[in-house]
Amino acid sequence: MSKKMQITLNVNGTRHELLAEPRTLLIHVLRENLGITGPHIGCETSHCGACTILMNERSIKSCTVFAAQADGAEITTIEGLGTPDSLHPLQEAFREHHGLQCGFCTPGMITRAAQLLKENPDPTEEEVRFGMAGNLCRCTGYQNIVKAVLAAASEINTAKEAAQ
Amino acid sequence: MNDLTPDRDDRTANLKGIGSARRRVEDARFTQGKGNYVDDIKLPGMLFGDFVRSPYAHARVVSVDTSAAMALDGVVAVLTAKDLEPLGLHWMPTLAGDKQMVLADGKVLFQGQEVAYVVARDRYVAADAVELVEVEYEELPVITDPFEALNSDTVLREDLQPGADGAHGPRRHANHIFLWEEGDKTATEEVIGSADVVVEEMIYYHRTHPCPLETCGCVASMDKVNGKLTVYGTFQAPHVVRTVASLLSGIDEHNIRVVSPDIGGGFGNKVGVYPGYVCSIVASIVTGLPVKWVEDRMENLMATAFARDYWMKGRISATKEGKITALEAHVTADHGAFDACADPTKFPAGFFHICTGSYDIPVAYVGVDGVYTNKAPGGVAYRCSFRVTEAAYFIERMIEILAIELGMDAAELRRINFIRADQFPYHSALGWEYDSGDYQTAWDKALKAVDYDGLRTEQAARVEAFRRGETRRLIGIGLTHFTEIVGAGPVKNCDILGMGMFDSCEIRIHPTGSAIARLGTISQGQGHATTFAQILASEIGIPADKITVEEGDTDTAPYGLGTYGSRSTPVAGAATALAGRKIRAKAQMIAAYLLEVHDDDVEFDIDRFVVKGAPERFKTMADIAYAAYNQAIPGVEPGLEAVSYYDPPNMTYPFGAYICVMEIDVDTGEAEIRQFYALDDCGTRINPMVIEGQVHGGLTEALAIAMGQEIAYDDMGNVKTGTLMDFFIPTTWETPHYTTDHTETPSPHHPIGAKGVGESPNVGGVPAFSNAVHDALRPFGLRQSHMPHDHWRIWKAAHDLGLHG
Repeated sequence: MSKKMQITLNVNGTRHELLAEPRTLLIHVLRENLGITGPHIGCETSHCGACTILMNERSIKSCTVFAAQADGAEITTIEGLGTPDSLHPLQEAFREHHGLQCGFCTPGMITRAAQLLKENPDPTEEEVRFGMAGNLCRCTGYQNIVKAVLAAASEINTAKEAAQ
Repeated sequence: MNDLTPDRDDRTANLKGIGSARRRVEDARFTQGKGNYVDDIKLPGMLFGDFVRSPYAHARVVSVDTSAAMALDGVVAVLTAKDLEPLGLHWMPTLAGDKQMVLADGKVLFQGQEVAYVVARDRYVAADAVELVEVEYEELPVITDPFEALNSDTVLREDLQPGADGAHGPRRHANHIFLWEEGDKTATEEVIGSADVVVEEMIYYHRTHPCPLETCGCVASMDKVNGKLTVYGTFQAPHVVRTVASLLSGIDEHNIRVVSPDIGGGFGNKVGVYPGYVCSIVASIVTGLPVKWVEDRMENLMATAFARDYWMKGRISATKEGKITALEAHVTADHGAFDACADPTKFPAGFFHICTGSYDIPVAYVGVDGVYTNKAPGGVAYRCSFRVTEAAYFIERMIEILAIELGMDAAELRRINFIRADQFPYHSALGWEYDSGDYQTAWDKALKAVDYDGLRTEQAARVEAFRRGETRRLIGIGLTHFTEIVGAGPVKNCDILGMGMFDSCEIRIHPTGSAIARLGTISQGQGHATTFAQILASEIGIPADKITVEEGDTDTAPYGLGTYGSRSTPVAGAATALAGRKIRAKAQMIAAYLLEVHDDDVEFDIDRFVVKGAPERFKTMADIAYAAYNQAIPGVEPGLEAVSYYDPPNMTYPFGAYICVMEIDVDTGEAEIRQFYALDDCGTRINPMVIEGQVHGGLTEALAIAMGQEIAYDDMGNVKTGTLMDFFIPTTWETPHYTTDHTETPSPHHPIGAKGVGESPNVGGVPAFSNAVHDALRPFGLRQSHMPHDHWRIWKAAHDLGLHG
């Protein structure tokens, strides 16, 4: 066991100062120290994407990032994407298009898709399939996930146009 | 009827009952990160457990030294078999009548086997301590091949008496578990011996793993003050776990509460009882603190229940015209180190004898030899009913090979052998009574939907172009017509550890006209909270949105056998409908009293009881619920509750027609799914949206299994596919678009005619994908090439046929 480090994380708009060993993984700090249990652990090898969060506006798999590497970072998890009264369009679309079943991959899926749509607001189906390929789902076969992401993109773009 | 009464269509729509594509109630929490999975549970003072596992597949355990681990700050305990032995918990019974080591007792029998259990204050400290446990092993000869096991002098299970019978009869070799037989062997051999045409083939269904995205785990919490043990865990059968925990621990069953919280997929992996549960419970009892154990992915793939691993040698005979006359199967079943299959007790090979499939085969015989090897135990039904996907794959490959032998089109061969619609209920040669079906209609619809004749023309043209050197891509048309057998099952022949496989539903109607229903099953993503409320809505006339469905807490839910083998809708769904009918029967009496007419003078109408012939005089279910709690009604006790325990009279037999169109690249072995058409008939359809989702998901698991997913071992018994780098799970990128379709042939014995659908796509999908690969290479002489059809194996098959020049 090594000496603990002091780190600062800005998670979903709230600043947290905490102590963590250099080897502590970010996903464990989020889930166990901060009680943010939306991101899940599915493989601990970066393959499944259940732990996907946003760190400084990039999608990362928090099971293979040390908490120390996230010192000072802006972090968004599924909990920070929407509120019960004001859901993110992806949260609505996943439900509307049956883009989830057991729900275990869903927080990572939606968080990844949110960043994908920021980087590419009007993706083709092929671009969605390529952009979501780092997140595994065992239940849905992806067809409705792809449908949900495309529908959310359309929804976001329509809302943007209306605002302009 | 007064003007304020909505019309009947509106009232029906408002219920969101059977047939409604109702959005799922579960999704609100899952999409907002508010699911409650086992690893989300955090109790005060909670400790963490972790395993020391064997690096060897077969070795004596000479010594286990825990002193260095115990000396590490934060370590609370290290358990070995010696610690569990005084409690009688160093071994545990399996669901298959065998026993299994909880912690290595003198030897290890597979790589990844649990040797010692470390308990620490933090999961990192537990992992550190695992590294500090010193185990001395003495390697023994490793057997990973079941045929070799039956001819070897190496005895794997030294704990078993040589020559003594096992749980399923005589064992003819030290590494033999059972021979299980069904059908008429003599008659089958006679027919095959004198048939016009006979084909014989070995069909291997490789070892794979259900690999749910959430691994297995639990939190055990012994409350020493109240003497009550609570175990939260990823259990597909929480009530069975409670009973087993009581039998093993000696704690009275009423003092054990088992809770399955949200479960991140199961697919059969979470049916059984694992050493992690036993050790966590013991650790909590010893320490008086809650103990969490959650395995990592490598542990999940290496040590928890695998699926398949069936070597199926078949013979099928037919007339020259293609009418099948007999089928014989001899299976060598690799069960690994312990027989830990999760089958109904009387069926050690599950329902493999559904292997006559969709065809009217007059005589058949099946023999299955179970064998021990140095591999992980298991043999669970990975998204299928018990051994049904093995059976479907077997018959659908045998049919294709018979078509080659006969020089017939495989679609036509199926057509002339189907069980006809007028033959149902149909008694199969292997003893099943198929409840209902209309295979020909489904088949015709499927062939027409894909323009089957057009595809064959295109395929033939492609073969010609290939032969002329104009292309290196071939087309395969993978056909499957499968029949499942699900909904275990009738208590007279289906039990697990002696517990009959009924299921249950308990309903309470609240005074203001909403309700809660509790069931003995547990969703792992199937959406029970949505669909069971729909069944009830249609039965009792209360909108599904006003019905809470709860499962998984043994303190509140009625006893049931859990969710696997597509049994929830056939069994618990039936219990739900029948409990609803009990509610309705009482509601009828209350309505009649309120309307001041005789009971027989009112009738149920969507969401109310109306006076016959005078529909303007009615009481809604909300009116009736209120009266049930607030009005003294002579001869009727207060309240509106019902419970139903349902013992199904028969299984249900969903079926389907799947067609996969695939292009394979002969030089790279790559396969591209061009089209996949899936027609399912699951009887009455409760929620079309949920059904379609289940079909998409099951097909993708089938794609994985057929095209690359396996648990592979080297000769030393090392697991070669222990991470998601090596164990294939398709991503969005490899997964094709699916077209779904349906016919609807209700089950005649199920209260609402529903048959279950979650596993059909895996059962039918695997042969459809595999047959497409075979079909692409059929013109060049391919008869049988074992799964999984990864790029290398497809390339190799093409290479062996001389297609690389």
